[in-house]
Amino acid sequence: MGRKLLLEHINVPGINTLEVYRQKGGYAAVEKALKTLTPDEVVEEVKKSGLRGRGGAGFPTGMKWSFLAKPEGVPRYLVCNADESEPGTFKDRYLMTYIPHLLIEGMIVASYALGANTSYIYVRGEMMPQIRILERAIAEAKNAGLLGKNILGTGYDLELYVQPGGGAYICGEETALLESLEGKRGNPRIKPPFPAIAGLYGCPTVVNNVESIAAVVPIINEGGDEYAKIGIGRSTGTKLISASGNLNKPGVYEIELGVPVEEFIYSDEYCGGIANGKRLKAVVAGGSSVPILPANLILKTINNEARLMSYESLSDGGFATGSMMGSGGFIAFDEDQCIVRNTWNFSRFYHHESCGQCSPCREGTGWMEKVLHRLEYGHGKMSDMDLLVDVSKKIEGNTICPLGDAAAWPVASAIRHFRDEFEWHVTNAAEATTRNYGLAHYADPLPKVEKAEA
Amino acid sequence: MKVTIDGITVDVEPGTSILNAARQIGGDIVPPAMCYYSKLEGSGGKCRTCLVKVSKGSEKDPRPMPKLVASCRTTVMDGMEVQNITSPEVIEARKGVVEMLLINHPLDCPVCDQAGECHLQDLGYEHGAAKTRYEFDRRTFEKIDIGDKIQLHMTRCILCYRCVFTADQITNTRLHGILNRGDHSEISTYIQKAVDNDFSGNVIDVCPVGALTDKTFRFKNRVWFTKPVEAHRDCDKCCGKVTLWYKGEDVIRVTGRKDVYGEVEEFICNTCRFEKKKTADWTIEGPRKVSHKSVISANHYETMKPLPVVKTNPLLQEANKEQFERETRL
Repeated sequence: MGRKLLLEHINVPGINTLEVYRQKGGYAAVEKALKTLTPDEVVEEVKKSGLRGRGGAGFPTGMKWSFLAKPEGVPRYLVCNADESEPGTFKDRYLMTYIPHLLIEGMIVASYALGANTSYIYVRGEMMPQIRILERAIAEAKNAGLLGKNILGTGYDLELYVQPGGGAYICGEETALLESLEGKRGNPRIKPPFPAIAGLYGCPTVVNNVESIAAVVPIINEGGDEYAKIGIGRSTGTKLISASGNLNKPGVYEIELGVPVEEFIYSDEYCGGIANGKRLKAVVAGGSSVPILPANLILKTINNEARLMSYESLSDGGFATGSMMGSGGFIAFDEDQCIVRNTWNFSRFYHHESCGQCSPCREGTGWMEKVLHRLEYGHGKMSDMDLLVDVSKKIEGNTICPLGDAAAWPVASAIRHFRDEFEWHVTNAAEATTRNYGLAHYADPLPKVEKAEA
Repeated sequence: MKVTIDGITVDVEPGTSILNAARQIGGDIVPPAMCYYSKLEGSGGKCRTCLVKVSKGSEKDPRPMPKLVASCRTTVMDGMEVQNITSPEVIEARKGVVEMLLINHPLDCPVCDQAGECHLQDLGYEHGAAKTRYEFDRRTFEKIDIGDKIQLHMTRCILCYRCVFTADQITNTRLHGILNRGDHSEISTYIQKAVDNDFSGNVIDVCPVGALTDKTFRFKNRVWFTKPVEAHRDCDKCCGKVTLWYKGEDVIRVTGRKDVYGEVEEFICNTCRFEKKKTADWTIEGPRKVSHKSVISANHYETMKPLPVVKTNPLLQEANKEQFERETRL
C-alpha cells in the first residue's frame, strides 16, 4: 500500500468543509509556515523536496520559485493553473471537488513563500461546480481568519480570487492563461520575457498546477527531506494519476512515483486490470499530448527493464521507444480499440483548440486532422503516413507555445508504433470501416536487445 | 554588441532584434518576415517565416538555443552566432511554414489586386515548393466591407495580425480584432462596425496579402501596368508624403511610401489616400525607384536592362547596343 499524502482523508465525510478538514490536521502547514518559517525557508524546503511540476512539463517547482524576480515596489503574483482540459486528465478537478481546502492551504503557503499578496486560481470555464466549491471554501477560510488581512495574527495579508476561464485548452498554457486572466484573448505570449520576470500585468508571476500547489502542504508538514524519500530518483513524492479507458477500475489514484506500470494497471489496489477480460493494446501514459506506446513498450523499456511510473522511466528511450509522464492522464486501450480513430480524435481536439496565432499550428493541425479523417473512413493513401510524419515534423518545435508539439507527438508516435495498422486501413479500406485491426503483435514480447554498436 | 549572422559580423545597439541586425547587413541573409512590421509595436513572432537557428547564445553563455527562434522577436546578445541561409534545418522549417501559409490561401493571384506586390507571392516563389500536397477544400469566407473604402476578403488572409496592431495603434477603442480560434479564426470589426478613423486606410498598406484592399482601386488595374511616382502635398493630418500610381494621365491609387521590406515610411491619412486623386493636388517629386526584381519594374525603362532574349539574338544585340554598354558601365 503506497503512501497517500494528498488523498489521505479523501473518504472522510465532510472533508470539503473547513471544520472537518481542520480536525484532520488541515491548515497545520499554514500555521507552521507563517509562524515558524521565513519565506526563503519555505522555498528551500520545496527545493529540498525535489517536487516537480505536476502540470506536464515536470520542471522543479522550487527552482521555478527561486527564479522569481523580486524588484522593489512591484507586486508579485501566484497564479494557480486549474485550467485542466487535456483529454484523459481529470485529477485537478477531483482534488478541487472533494478536498478544496488542500488547494487553498497550499495557495496560502506558496503565496507566503513568494511574497504574493494577491493570488488567483484560474479555473476552466466548464468547471462551474468546482468554482462554486472553491469560492465557498475561500469564504469559510476567510471567516476563520486564514485569508484576508493579518492571517493568524502574523501580519501577512493574502487575497485569493477564483477566476473562471472561457473554456479553452490553450488557456492552460501559462502565458495564454495570464493573457486571459488580464481579460484579453487567450493567445500565448512570445517568450522571453518569462512570467517569472514579467507575467500578470507585467509583474513577476509564478504559475503552478493545482497538484503542485497542493503538494506543498505535505512538504511543509513533513519537511522537504522526508518528502524526497518517497519516490524514486529525481521523481520524488506522490502523483495523482487519472486512469481512464478500458480499465476495470478507472479513477484518480495517488501513487508513489516509481510504481511499476504493470502493477498500476493490473493490481487490485489500482486499476484492477483490463475490463471485460480483454488484452491491453496501447497506453497513453500522460494525457493526450504525450506519445502513445504499444502494450509491450509500456510495460517494458526497450532494454527489457520493467517500466515504472516515474518521470525518468516513462521517458526512457526518448521519442523512439519512450513516452512522458505529462500530466498523469493514463489512458488504456484494449484490443478492440482502433488506433487510427483515436489518433484522429486527438488530432481533431488539437485542431479545434489551436489558438490560430502562429501559422504552423493553425494550418498544420487542421491538415493532419483531415488526412487522419480520410484514413479512418477508408479513403486514405499509402503516402498519407509519410505526409503525416512530415507535417508533424514541420509543426514540432516551430511554434510559439507547446501546443504545436502536443499536436504533433501523438500523431508521429502513433505512426511510428502502429504503422501496419494505418497501412491496413489503406489496403483493407472497406473492412476497416466495419471491424478493427485487433491486437496484432502489439503485446508481443520485445525482441532481444541488440546492443547498439558504438 | 557584436552579432554574427551567417558568418557576417555586425555591430548593433543593445536591444536590437536578430532580424533588424540582419537588415543592417542586408542582402540574402535577411530572413523574410510576413507578420513583423517595425512601425507596429508588438507585431511579429506569429508567422514563423523568420525562424533562424542560434548556434551560439552569447559570449557569456555559448550554448545554442534548443529550438529555432523567431528572429523578429529575439534580441541579440553580445557574441551571438546566428545561422539563417547556412542552416539546412532553417531552410527546411521555412519551407514548411510557407507550405502551411499556402494550404488555405486561395491562390487567386490572377484576380487579386495585390498580385505583383504581394509578400506571400514573393515568399512562395523564393522559399516554397512548386507543388502542393494539400488535397482538401480550402477555407473560404464572405467578403466584408470595413467602412466604405476598405474591403476585407478573409479567404486570402494569413492572420499576421498587422492590421489588428495598426487599428490598436491608431484608435483608442478596440474596434478591430480576431474572432474565433484556430484555422477558422477571422479578422473582424466589432459587430460589423466600420473602422471610422482618419488613418484607417493604413490597414491596406500593412496587409502583406490581398486580404484588405482599397475599394477605390479594386479591379482598376494590375500594378505592373501602373507607374509609381513620388509626390507630396501639404496635409494637416499626416506628413503628406505618398506614392501615386498612374495609369496614363490618371492617378488611380495613392499609397504610403514603402521601403525595401515593404514597410511604409510614414502612415498617411484617408484624405490623401482616397480623396486626392488629381495630379493638381500633388507636387510631383519624380519617378519612384522600384527594385528590378519586382514585377512592377517590368515596364519601366529606368532600369534599362536588356531582356534575356536579346542576349541570344545577334540582330537584337546590335539594335540594343546602347543598353548593353550602359549595363557594362554600371
